[in-house]
Amino acid sequence: MSADKGLFQEIAAYKWKFTMTTARKILILLAGLGVVCMLYRLATGLGSATNLNDQWPWGLWIGFDVLTGVALAGGGYGTAIIVHVLHRNKYLAIARSAMLTSLLGYLLVMAGLFMDIGQWFNFWRPFVSWGHTSVLFEVFWCVSCYTTVQVLEFGEIVTEKVGTKYHNFFKKALPVLMVLGIIFPTLHQSSLGALYVIMVDKLYPLWWSPYIGLMFLMSSFFVGPAMICVETALAGKAFKHEVPISVLRGLVRIAGVFMILYLGLKFYDLAARGVVNLIFAGNLEGNMFMAEIILGVMIPVYIAFSSMSNTRKGLITFGILVSGGLIFNRMNVVFTGMSAALGGWYFPSIMEWAVSIGLISIGCLVYCFIAENFNILVHEDHQGAST
Amino acid sequence: MAKGVLVDITKCIGCKACQVSCKQWNDLPAKIPEFVDGLTGPPDMDGDTYTVVKFKVVEMAGEYKIRSAKKQCMHCQHPACVSACFAKALEKDPKTGAVIYHPHLCVGCRYCMLACPFDIPKYEWEKTFPLIAKCQFCFDPQDKYDRLSYGKPPACVDTCITGALVYGERDELLKEAWNRINSDPSYIKKVLGEKEAGGTSWLYISDVPFEDFGFRPNLGTRPLPEYSHDFLKYTPIIAVGWGTLLTVLYHYTKRREQVASESDNKDVHL
Ligand code: SF4
Ligand code: SF4
Repeated sequence: MSADKGLFQEIAAYKWKFTMTTARKILILLAGLGVVCMLYRLATGLGSATNLNDQWPWGLWIGFDVLTGVALAGGGYGTAIIVHVLHRNKYLAIARSAMLTSLLGYLLVMAGLFMDIGQWFNFWRPFVSWGHTSVLFEVFWCVSCYTTVQVLEFGEIVTEKVGTKYHNFFKKALPVLMVLGIIFPTLHQSSLGALYVIMVDKLYPLWWSPYIGLMFLMSSFFVGPAMICVETALAGKAFKHEVPISVLRGLVRIAGVFMILYLGLKFYDLAARGVVNLIFAGNLEGNMFMAEIILGVMIPVYIAFSSMSNTRKGLITFGILVSGGLIFNRMNVVFTGMSAALGGWYFPSIMEWAVSIGLISIGCLVYCFIAENFNILVHEDHQGAST
Repeated sequence: MAKGVLVDITKCIGCKACQVSCKQWNDLPAKIPEFVDGLTGPPDMDGDTYTVVKFKVVEMAGEYKIRSAKKQCMHCQHPACVSACFAKALEKDPKTGAVIYHPHLCVGCRYCMLACPFDIPKYEWEKTFPLIAKCQFCFDPQDKYDRLSYGKPPACVDTCITGALVYGERDELLKEAWNRINSDPSYIKKVLGEKEAGGTSWLYISDVPFEDFGFRPNLGTRPLPEYSHDFLKYTPIIAVGWGTLLTVLYHYTKRREQVASESDNKDVHL
């Protein structure tokens, strides 16, 4: 008990920092708006807050906040593999910020999910009532476990500064957490895609695939480095933390290799099912698919292996194209690919947008707060001390 | 033995008595009428409507005729919705074959709505704490809305005045369906539900295309839960295999790095 008291005192005594800027004020405004909409949704239900309907039971929150959010937060486990399992230490500089983005990403995903489920007070049911034949069951368990693991991993960073006497405990637990923290995401990144295998007669054949799980997994892996490029460009400006080009380039090339494998798998699968011709059908689905593949995969692969990845500009372009392409892909699965089968009409309501944007704003604010107070963006000169 | 209902679209006169009796038996509130395609109303099943008679004007040999078909949950033999529910809120009763819903277990994720190949489960969108709504085949383990356990046919079948709906053993109904098809050339040579999505308890025969009433033209015959199973069966192998591999790699590369840094200290180049 007295130990806990010490901890609280330590927390109270620690000098927390949070610098106000215009950008942050806007973010706070958006976050506030989002919270108001969330409360409204919880109080009144889905019908009045969203445009979801019987033909479109899943919308922006599942498509963007959950499916896309989890994939974009995938940089955490990818980096964990490279840095902590393969011990490529040159990438240590980005390990912590990638893990932080990932943790925040998952917390936001959980919040988004919580908004979306109708019986939210019942969210814990699948922990006791095991619908193990459902792919969603695997998603649910793995996302919950992984978020817990990430919070514990983060404990190691926090206890450097606050509650220091627990630091050794967290340090010891880290290897186990790391391995768990890779298995869970591997499983749920793929199962998020595999949610759609049962919709074989609904999802358009360009996106439906028996391998859709594997495709989701691969894309969540190669979007990691892309997100790191974008994030370090942003954080570099805000926190004067430059990651060496060689580090980013190495990561981008690893991503490039997986993107080539991904392309190979896509075309093998389309050919095996005999639907390659649908790409050129000239309809909405075909064109969207083509755009997704060319902009989000082919051009970035070219950038990764050409001299363009030697420049910060090239790296940022890669980052934006690949992350954009992934968002595009998930949107295509959730909306474009389903629209012919579901019919009817859906466009997110203002409140749905407000909640999604609000959640992202909250994420950005928390990221800034943590980056200012803990050793996240490891500077070259600190590296020795903090590792 | 698994029960079933045979729907003979040629015998339906579109009186909607079944639709009304369903609302009455299940205490479902009525709504302000709203129509599409002429007489179909409400346009589709919804949070308060387990069944809808769908109307279609079809041209047959130069003549226009009205055809109508009652739609509701098909009570699949391998229900996609049951396999998709991660909270076991949907269940197939082994005795009657009815696919029923346990509201207290439902999380409200709506995956069942997307998984169902017939787009049956609907949602109570206007409620603060909405639940799924779908036909229960008048089977209720809680007894209140039960008919099947008492040996009675579902409310809709009981009300049907023309014999367009017949309740019985699925096997026998299937035989009866083929008898009718074979003795009258105007029928389409297919029993919808015999094989679709792995087979359903409700069976349809018709003299006009089933797609007219919103059945998907590309319904496969493979039970849908198998698709999920084909993915999920790898989970344990991947979890254990991948975990082992990662642990080994972790120790291996760590050791290699230690060796490397030791030799680094001795100024040996790698
Ligand atoms: S028709 Fe749909 S709701 Fe009914 S049992 Fe089959 S999958 Fe479930
Ligand atoms: S909405 Fe309810 S019944 Fe349907 S899959 Fe989700 S938890 Fe199960």
